[in-house]
Amino acid sequence: MGNYHTLVVLVENKPGVLARVAGLFARRGFNIHSLAVAPTEDERISRITIVADTESAPVEQIVKQLDKLINVVRIDELAPQDSVEQELLMAAVQASVGERSKVLELCQIFSAKVLDTGTQEMMVRLAGSPAKLDDFEQLLRPLGISAIQRTGRVALPRLDHAAPGATLRSVS
Amino acid sequence: MGINGGQALIRALEREGVEVLFGLPGGAILPVYDPLIDSPIRHVLVRHEQGAGHMAEGYAHATGRVGVAMVTSGPAATNIVTPLCDAYMDSVPMVCITGQVPSTAIGTDAFQECDTVGITRSVTKHNELVTRAEDIPMAIRQAFYIATTGRPGPVLVDIPKDIVDPANPRSAMDWYWPTDAEVAASLPGYKPSTQGDPVRIREAAELINRSVKPVIYAGGGILKARAAEALRALAELCDLPVVTTLMARGAFPDDHPLCLGMPGMHGNYTAITAMQEADLLIALGSRFDDRVTGRLDGFAPSAKIIHVDIDPAELGKVRRPDVAIVGDCRSVIEDLLAALHALGGSAVQPDRSAWKQQLSGWREKFPLTYENLEAGEGHVKPQFVLERLRSLTPDDTIVASGVGQHQMWTSQYWKFNHPYTWVNSGGLGTMGFSIPAAIGAKVGRPDRMVWAIDGDGCFQMTAQELVTASAERIPIKVAILNNAYLGMVRQWQEMFYDERYSEVYLSPDLPDYVKWAEAMGCAAMRVESTDEVDAAIEKANSINDRPVVIEFRTDAREKVFPMVPAGKNNSEVMVDPSQQAELARIRALGL
Ligand SMILES: Cc1ncc(C[n+]2csc(CCOP(=O)(O)OP(=O)(O)O)c2C)c(N)n1
Ligand SMILES: [Mg+2]
Repeated sequence: MGNYHTLVVLVENKPGVLARVAGLFARRGFNIHSLAVAPTEDERISRITIVADTESAPVEQIVKQLDKLINVVRIDELAPQDSVEQELLMAAVQASVGERSKVLELCQIFSAKVLDTGTQEMMVRLAGSPAKLDDFEQLLRPLGISAIQRTGRVALPRLDHAAPGATLRSVS
Repeated sequence: MGINGGQALIRALEREGVEVLFGLPGGAILPVYDPLIDSPIRHVLVRHEQGAGHMAEGYAHATGRVGVAMVTSGPAATNIVTPLCDAYMDSVPMVCITGQVPSTAIGTDAFQECDTVGITRSVTKHNELVTRAEDIPMAIRQAFYIATTGRPGPVLVDIPKDIVDPANPRSAMDWYWPTDAEVAASLPGYKPSTQGDPVRIREAAELINRSVKPVIYAGGGILKARAAEALRALAELCDLPVVTTLMARGAFPDDHPLCLGMPGMHGNYTAITAMQEADLLIALGSRFDDRVTGRLDGFAPSAKIIHVDIDPAELGKVRRPDVAIVGDCRSVIEDLLAALHALGGSAVQPDRSAWKQQLSGWREKFPLTYENLEAGEGHVKPQFVLERLRSLTPDDTIVASGVGQHQMWTSQYWKFNHPYTWVNSGGLGTMGFSIPAAIGAKVGRPDRMVWAIDGDGCFQMTAQELVTASAERIPIKVAILNNAYLGMVRQWQEMFYDERYSEVYLSPDLPDYVKWAEAMGCAAMRVESTDEVDAAIEKANSINDRPVVIEFRTDAREKVFPMVPAGKNNSEVMVDPSQQAELARIRALGL
């Protein structure tokens, strides 16, 4: 993930703001790897977690251009080591009656949850770090994935529990 | 106090100090045009909404104040997209008010509905759809605040009909006028910084004091920040040569001994080469545009860079600066002057006599030049027309130009000695800019003579605004440099496409420009020979009761030199044919 940066962008919770952010990426030729949006504890503010492809443009330029949007209130750039990142994966996997144990075994190892069981398939869910989800996905693949959906990551800065150091670099 | 949204909108514009609106009414904006009748605000009725936008820009360029345009929904909004983009590219403070279909009809493909906010999002600094009448005063205050602070730019406010229509209960509201504090608090994400970091400013001063080949690279930000005087003080204190970009012509007087003129694709040899050879570029409100840098990896290879800009995103966008300073140009230059004084001022500047000698050598060898024609030898040379226009008009004349060869000749041959006398479309390069922009400039500065220098191609794009000028008694003067071609494109085809001319011929006499101008209520003249030039200009200068158009039949073969071909390194600049042998000789010697 060396060429990706996670940006946590606090925006005014208003119509059209997501379109402004997405439009800016499109217009400037920046690439979005994943995007998650949700309201925050303050109802006037939403948090957009963007994983930006920093091969298409330097992260500094992406941040500065984002910061020019009037509705962007604050941007935090989270380096992987300074943040806790989580993502959710749902998948429907081929599992006829005799093969369910293979899926169950993987779920047990990864602490994933079975959400639904059909005659030929099982639906599973895993929340965790993006890397863990990658591993899980790879091991499910040989079983036959018929549908998969990942949410894109959300992230918060790691809490201060050791010596004081840079946990979060504010750029606004 | 009970009031309706339409009245509130006009009152808000009055409170913002708006003296003139450029616009054209229609269904969705109709209710706002009614209270306008009772307002002291002047309205200039345009013939096409693009004209309204460029007039607002011209007004803003000439006065430094916000230009305001007001048009209806749908096709009117799309007609003004070009000027919005133009203003966005050139950081022109502008507020555009568009009508919108009633709130309840939004999203239904109603008559004359378009997603104005969506369409203009990427060509405005900000835009907003107002949904409640009581939000109108705040939306207008925000628009003016955003348009004029930080890096200026266009702001669009989209107003649905129901919230301004007195027949609709949704338009009822109580008047209020938000305070500055309320406006600032309503924009939690907008905090433009103006003061430069003193540590960086000191570093910049130290770099200047060590540089033996410095050049100030002054851009349009100098004019936006009203920093022309500060710039002059800086140049004079440390004896620093100055280049002024296309957007900064007039920011530093061309007559000043330290002025090297314009750099870039059609800049003069000395300005281009000075930047190439410099050991320090002091970029002030400029953005390393590709038309200035040429091929980036060959641009100013040995220069350290001090970059001052109010927009943090410009710093490092194109060229990584050695010292980056975010701030308003005037404030930063003033602080820089103080820092330089503290370090010893002019007394501690290194010996730059070798650099000065080099610069004056280039100036002597490679001035702007062209070969003039005698009367009877054919059409007139465009450069000659510009030289005569410059000589025969007051020093503080405002000149607006279209886009093409005539624009480059104007920027080269007009001697700019005053800020805010040059109105042009730099970033977007919008053909058709000059006539409406000149009208806007003249509305803002009725005390000044205003000339539009236009191409025959450009003229045909927005000429109808001369009807506006005649009807509104806005006596601008227009010089059409009629070379019967889309000349700039012709030049590229001649030079880079083996003289294979594809769709660039326009005809010298279709349309008949004199008749056309007269039909639009203008005085009109045609000049076909060198000896007629002065008399026509003098006559035009004497007419003040209506617009005047002079059609100059110019030599179509004339090309703009110097030229850095697109994609080439600035060191490969091509000079006028008459200077090419000398340049080849110098280059062979490695000088
Ligand atoms: C709206 C628009 N369309 C096309 C162009 C491309 N273009 C740049 S200069 C030019 C020719 C302009 O012709 P004219 O106005 O006659 O000026 P000249 O170059 O002959 O002086 C063209 C077509 C442009 N800049 N703007
Ligand atoms: Mg032409």
